[in-house]
Amino acid sequence: MTRILALVLCALALLAVPWIIGNEFYVNMASQVLIYALFALSINMMLGYGGMVSLGHAGYLGIAGYACILATIAGYDQLTAAIFAIALSTAAAAFFGLLSLRAPGLGFIMITLALGQIVWGIAYRANDLTGGDNGIRHPARPMPFGFDIRDAPSFYYFTLVVFVIALFFIWRFSRSPFGASLTGARDQPRRMRMLGHNVWLIRWITFVMAGFWASVAGVLYVYYNLFLSPHAISLQQSAEILLMAILGGASTLTGPIVGAAIITLVKNVVSTYVERWNTLLGIIFVVVIMFMPYGLVPGCTQAWRRWQNHRKRRKATPASEPAQ
Amino acid sequence: MTTAALEVAHLSKRFGGLPATKDVSLSVMPGERRLIIGPNGAGKTTLFNLITGDLTADAGSVRLFGQELMGMPTQQRVHLGLARTYQILTLFPRERLAHNVVLSLLGLDRRRWNPWSILTANRDLYANAHASLERVGLADAAERIVAETSYGERRRLELAMALAQKPKLLLLDEPLAGLSQAERQAVRALLDAIPRDVTIVMIEHDMDTALAFAERITVLHYGEVIVEGTRAEVVADPRTREVYLGD
Repeated sequence: MTRILALVLCALALLAVPWIIGNEFYVNMASQVLIYALFALSINMMLGYGGMVSLGHAGYLGIAGYACILATIAGYDQLTAAIFAIALSTAAAAFFGLLSLRAPGLGFIMITLALGQIVWGIAYRANDLTGGDNGIRHPARPMPFGFDIRDAPSFYYFTLVVFVIALFFIWRFSRSPFGASLTGARDQPRRMRMLGHNVWLIRWITFVMAGFWASVAGVLYVYYNLFLSPHAISLQQSAEILLMAILGGASTLTGPIVGAAIITLVKNVVSTYVERWNTLLGIIFVVVIMFMPYGLVPGCTQAWRRWQNHRKRRKATPASEPAQ
Repeated sequence: MTTAALEVAHLSKRFGGLPATKDVSLSVMPGERRLIIGPNGAGKTTLFNLITGDLTADAGSVRLFGQELMGMPTQQRVHLGLARTYQILTLFPRERLAHNVVLSLLGLDRRRWNPWSILTANRDLYANAHASLERVGLADAAERIVAETSYGERRRLELAMALAQKPKLLLLDEPLAGLSQAERQAVRALLDAIPRDVTIVMIEHDMDTALAFAERITVLHYGEVIVEGTRAEVVADPRTREVYLGD
């Protein structure tokens, strides 16, 4: 009952964001938080549930983003361009997965890192196609079902709809038999094989699904910025997406969203007041990991439970005193 | 002649220069209870790992009811009716007991690929898991976390997970290791209750239980089969004494 109430309150709050904030700058910030939250959610499918650490997630932003822009410039309509972009980027994920999953653990991280850097390198070098260092502009935001999403609040709602659909799918994924097989393969791969599970295929499918949702986020990113350059798909971007999931709490559904919100806000809002916002982000990260090694969401949940138990005990003690 | 449930022929495995399994051949008939004994380092668990595919053999063949298993990945062998328990407990410690058994059931169920349905809504899986837990006397513990159970309960959970898959060939790697006398009795009764359509190969050091349980015994020493025969034959064989008692 409380969960449904919390869900309804969350939904109302998300819907009311443009009214509450009013300021266009901050409404755009909210859209950005949602886009990064989707990136973080997608990487968390691998990281949190599958135990696979990827440092190449920005590669999907690169492939989906450039494909979307180039297809639109080539004259295709926005929907075709978006579908093409997501399909191409997901196919790339399928191929990247084949390469990365050959190596476990550290090798996996290094291969994803290398693949992400290759995408970055191509974007940087292929001047004729991507505009190189100068980047490339996306002609215009689409008009989904005839809705105009050029202004900040309507774009926010558009992003929110896509985000909620993605969140719903990823939530189902995390609670599904497949999700259970994935966490099993994370904790005891050898045992899972002995129980008849194809651990490699479970991981590969997860890799592709994560790539798909990252591609969706990549297209949203392009719609938001109407511009893409190699700086947006650098290693730092991949690392930030990874940090969002870890900061908020990998292996929880809400953790990556919280992490994305904190990092995006510090980067964009706090940076206008504090020059060394990078240092601040570093301090936040260190403090959270020191006191809540599993991230903010699991850490806060645990602290809340402890506090409630403490309160219950305090209530119980005076009642039992007269009996003694 | 009936096909053997398990037919191992000329199986060899080396770790660097050390031969762990040397030209091992053995044949286990359907429904048989086979015991494998031998001193520490005799290659008993290695033999199990070669049969399941956890390790790749250098040479030889392993057949399950006539079907060649060599070159087949572990999970495929499991789908053919192979199950095992581990000497060192290999469970999902942060999950509930029921969830452990459900993972075992999912291993042979097409639903394991479903990323959309809610796992806990698959009532039949949980009912089946509870039945398996009841069989090993853990019905009351189904909703407990593995990390909060006793060692004896975990041993029985290992067994429940293997039995839940209704295997044709069951490999038991020291199912009594680390159990108290009372727990041993309970697990022994459990093993005795396994129907004869399951063929069992067991590694065990508890000789009282093992000898009472098995019909035929294979003695391994330095990776080689040195004696094989019925209970009486193996116990009477001087080579068995040599291995266990020294010259």
